[in-house]
Amino acid sequence: MRITERTYAGTLVLSPAGRLDHNSCDAFEAALKPLVERASAGHSLVLDLSALDYVSSAGLRLLMLAGKQARAQGGRVMIAAMQPLVAEIFYISRFTMLFEIHPGVREALTAASPESAAAFDQR
Amino acid sequence: MHVRFWGTRGSLPVALTWRDVRDRLARALVAANGRGLDTVEKAQAFAERELGFSVSHTFGGHSSCVELVPPGAALDEYFACDMGSGARPFGAHVAARQAGRAATVNIFMSHMHWDHIMGFPFFGPAYTRGNLIRIHGCHEGLERALRRQQEPPSFPVPFAALGAEIEFVRLVPGEAYELPPVTVTPQLQDHSGDSYGYRFECEGKSVVYTTDSEHKLEDHGARRRIVEFFRGADLVIFDAMYSLAEAVSVKADWGHSSNVVGVELCQMAQAKKLALFHHEPANDDAAIERILSETRRLEELTRGAQRLEVIAAYDGLEIEL
Repeated sequence: MRITERTYAGTLVLSPAGRLDHNSCDAFEAALKPLVERASAGHSLVLDLSALDYVSSAGLRLLMLAGKQARAQGGRVMIAAMQPLVAEIFYISRFTMLFEIHPGVREALTAASPESAAAFDQR
Repeated sequence: MHVRFWGTRGSLPVALTWRDVRDRLARALVAANGRGLDTVEKAQAFAERELGFSVSHTFGGHSSCVELVPPGAALDEYFACDMGSGARPFGAHVAARQAGRAATVNIFMSHMHWDHIMGFPFFGPAYTRGNLIRIHGCHEGLERALRRQQEPPSFPVPFAALGAEIEFVRLVPGEAYELPPVTVTPQLQDHSGDSYGYRFECEGKSVVYTTDSEHKLEDHGARRRIVEFFRGADLVIFDAMYSLAEAVSVKADWGHSSNVVGVELCQMAQAKKLALFHHEPANDDAAIERILSETRRLEELTRGAQRLEVIAAYDGLEIEL
């Protein structure tokens, strides 16, 4: 499973693509862990789900663990740009209670810091 | 195979309060305004057809007890899972149906947590001489747990005073047992102190009773075993006590599962019907109705080649497979 990584003024944006299910979750976990470890202390992590087509319970658990890890490092974790199907799965599983959710990446970066939003606008 | 749900609530029995009854009466009266419901029969038909489940019904409050009625079973023989508080009305049903004739009751115990054994001291057939109560289970301490809850100061009637013949049958997980006309196979589950699910098969129909079971999403081997256990089942009675978010975060290791995992496992196993079971006692009827509707939507969103029918079990529900 592919994960694209970008940083905007200290805010790390991770963008997984494809289906995050029982078959892909081990590879996703192996790829995600070192990326989350690199999230700077005190900075935010944005999980951009715009290219994620589907997420299963096992995938949701991994997102929860990534959020937990980033928070333990002193960071803030946000979910952004979910496709409608993934957004419904988030709601039905009550993962909306576990994460700060934004409609788009820019909105999440604005919540992270004005500098991150400005860096995003200057891409 | 016929299935009767006598108790469907998890952890602790619950009851409607006077406010619950008043509020649903008020909603029903407003909905019925101007409908000319001048007989009880018309009002009942209106309630059945036009009021939502959480106004006209209740999921109920008895803890786990589910009866299976296999085709071809002897008239005087009964099969049930767990002895939660739903065992009291189940016992009344057995006594009324037997009308003095001796009965054999086969009970399959998931585990000995209190909500699954608390109905036994109130299970009428256990007091009737001539009846045979066979209590099947995989736990070593099953007999001790049932005897202990009838010791002073917890209960006034000691286990030894029960009139029926009580037999304990130790089962081995993974082995198939023939109890004509039923074949039953227990399976180990992840729960504090262990619990066991049961797969019942009879004349080409299969029912899986799987409550008080946590599913560790990272354990692929355990998932494959569970999927095989559920494989092609006509009905899976599934512990859906928590939301997935609760089950993997604040309530991880509490030994229960979610509606989301229930749908996924049943879809992988190509089961035909999923009954949400062991309802969280903090959830009122409207909350359970909402969870059912969302679970059906999830099934629709994630459906493969085969549709999975999703229902929420309630006290008094009967299903013919």
